[in-house]
Amino acid sequence: MASPFLSRLTLQLQQLQAGRRLVVAVPLLWLGIFFGVPFLIIARISLSEVIIGLPPYSDILAWSSQAMLTIRLNFGNFLLLFNDSLYFSAFTNSLRVSTIATLICLIIGYPIALGIARSRESLRVPLLMLIILPFWTSFLIRIYAWIGILKGNGLINNLLLWLGVIDTPLQLLHTDFALLLGIVYGYLPFMVLPLYATLSRMDHTLLEAAADLGCKPTAAFWRVTVPLSMPGIIAGSLLVFVPAVGEFVIPDLLGGPDSLMIGKVLWTEFFSNRDWPVATAVAVTLLALLVVPVMLFEHYREKGQAL
Amino acid sequence: MKQRSTLVFSCMAFGYAFLYAPILSLIIFSFNESRLVTVWGGFSTKWYGALLENDQLLGAAWISLRIAFINACFAVLLGTLAAVALVRFGRFRGRKLLAFMVGAPLVMPEVILGLASLLLFVSMDQLLGWPEGRGMTTIAIAHITFSTAYVAVVVQSRLGRLDPSLEEAAMDLGARPLKVFFVITLPLIAPALTAGWLLAFTLSLDDLVIASFTSGPGASTLPMVVYSSVRLGVSPEINALATLLVLIVSVGIIIAGMLIQQKKPT
Repeated sequence: MASPFLSRLTLQLQQLQAGRRLVVAVPLLWLGIFFGVPFLIIARISLSEVIIGLPPYSDILAWSSQAMLTIRLNFGNFLLLFNDSLYFSAFTNSLRVSTIATLICLIIGYPIALGIARSRESLRVPLLMLIILPFWTSFLIRIYAWIGILKGNGLINNLLLWLGVIDTPLQLLHTDFALLLGIVYGYLPFMVLPLYATLSRMDHTLLEAAADLGCKPTAAFWRVTVPLSMPGIIAGSLLVFVPAVGEFVIPDLLGGPDSLMIGKVLWTEFFSNRDWPVATAVAVTLLALLVVPVMLFEHYREKGQAL
Repeated sequence: MKQRSTLVFSCMAFGYAFLYAPILSLIIFSFNESRLVTVWGGFSTKWYGALLENDQLLGAAWISLRIAFINACFAVLLGTLAAVALVRFGRFRGRKLLAFMVGAPLVMPEVILGLASLLLFVSMDQLLGWPEGRGMTTIAIAHITFSTAYVAVVVQSRLGRLDPSLEEAAMDLGARPLKVFFVITLPLIAPALTAGWLLAFTLSLDDLVIASFTSGPGASTLPMVVYSSVRLGVSPEINALATLLVLIVSVGIIIAGMLIQQKKPT
């Protein structure tokens, strides 16, 4: 006979185990069903054929006459993506625009993050909040604000006309310039926050040591500050780059008709052409392109160095 | 050294101006008499009046607010559970998977999340007969899924910085794990829960892409209505709406910020 104390202890341990399992299972199940499973469905539909009906795609699994399960895979959607120059240029253009926007965000964001990290303790939180605040106001509305500024009779053109710099309004809206501006504007906070997180944790005595050893401030910046803030640079760049590649709102409202981005192509295939298989094939290809950056982001986040 | 701080300072000034100039212009022109949004025609608050009579916008706002509220509550619950599991449980089966599914929605393009959720709902409807059609429920489920990830990240970072000795002390004094959580851990991470709730609420209120994919007839959210009106061009009514949103959000953030600031010394 085990002592009553021991049996109570085992009971408690069992309860603890059950409790822990529950804490893990609930979010795991929710995310598994509503985030994990959909990707399997996407993969499946991308290999099916478009049909007229609801839902508008054929089933790749079918029971043939001998009651055998047959799988009919259709790679046509993917072939279409590779052969049609529209999709190809949309992909390359998305990658190009996102890369440039990420670099601009880094160039603008780094001094801001550095400035906040080196300002007085009492100023840091308000300054940081001022960076976060626009992020909390509607993304759509912040992008909308730029239409009023950039359009033909918008603020910039009116100002330039009034100053006499130009005679006819410049075409600013619906250009690559507006597209880049919109992405940089929309995603700048995502760059500044992880940069600030690493820069504010930096040990300042390292810079003093570098100065004592005769290192000039500029050299110290490149040889001490920048390498130490690398996790922040990588996390920030990925937080800007990955969502920007699939961005829909900005290319749709600010971008031009000839610089397609893949998020908008997916949207059009889905909502206007109602071609779900091609839309999912676009999604699968986009995912394949983003797998490496997303994994990198996960790697750095798990290490807990940024964010 | 002096030169460099001037450089940093001017970069900061430029950065903040860049972030706020568009929002300021939006607010200023919401008080414009003229329908031409960017040509000043005198001070007027008539667009705010027009906004109050726009039933379509008000109806959409009500739908969005309800979805955002439900979303925020569920996301805080699920996100906190996920964060506790990831920070406090050490190694367990499924940890990698959970960590990945908490992190991935943060960077996943919205079009993919939206499309994926919609296809899931369509397949579920076919196989299980639920959710019947699409509407507020499906939007809310899709929102909860990605908001959970954001809440989990916020709570995770707070939990990670928590002094474990407080919880250990309570355990040593004989408190059960569940009691420790509710009496010690929960009050300590409360600011993160508040921040997570607010974040989930605004993310949902703001989302256009995922809502468009997962919505059905009769369930147009505020961003969906704003988007269809913005596509037709600028309108002063949208400016008025934007001004109200910015005002509400700023006040909310400042209050939340002050609450968190006050709690800091502990």
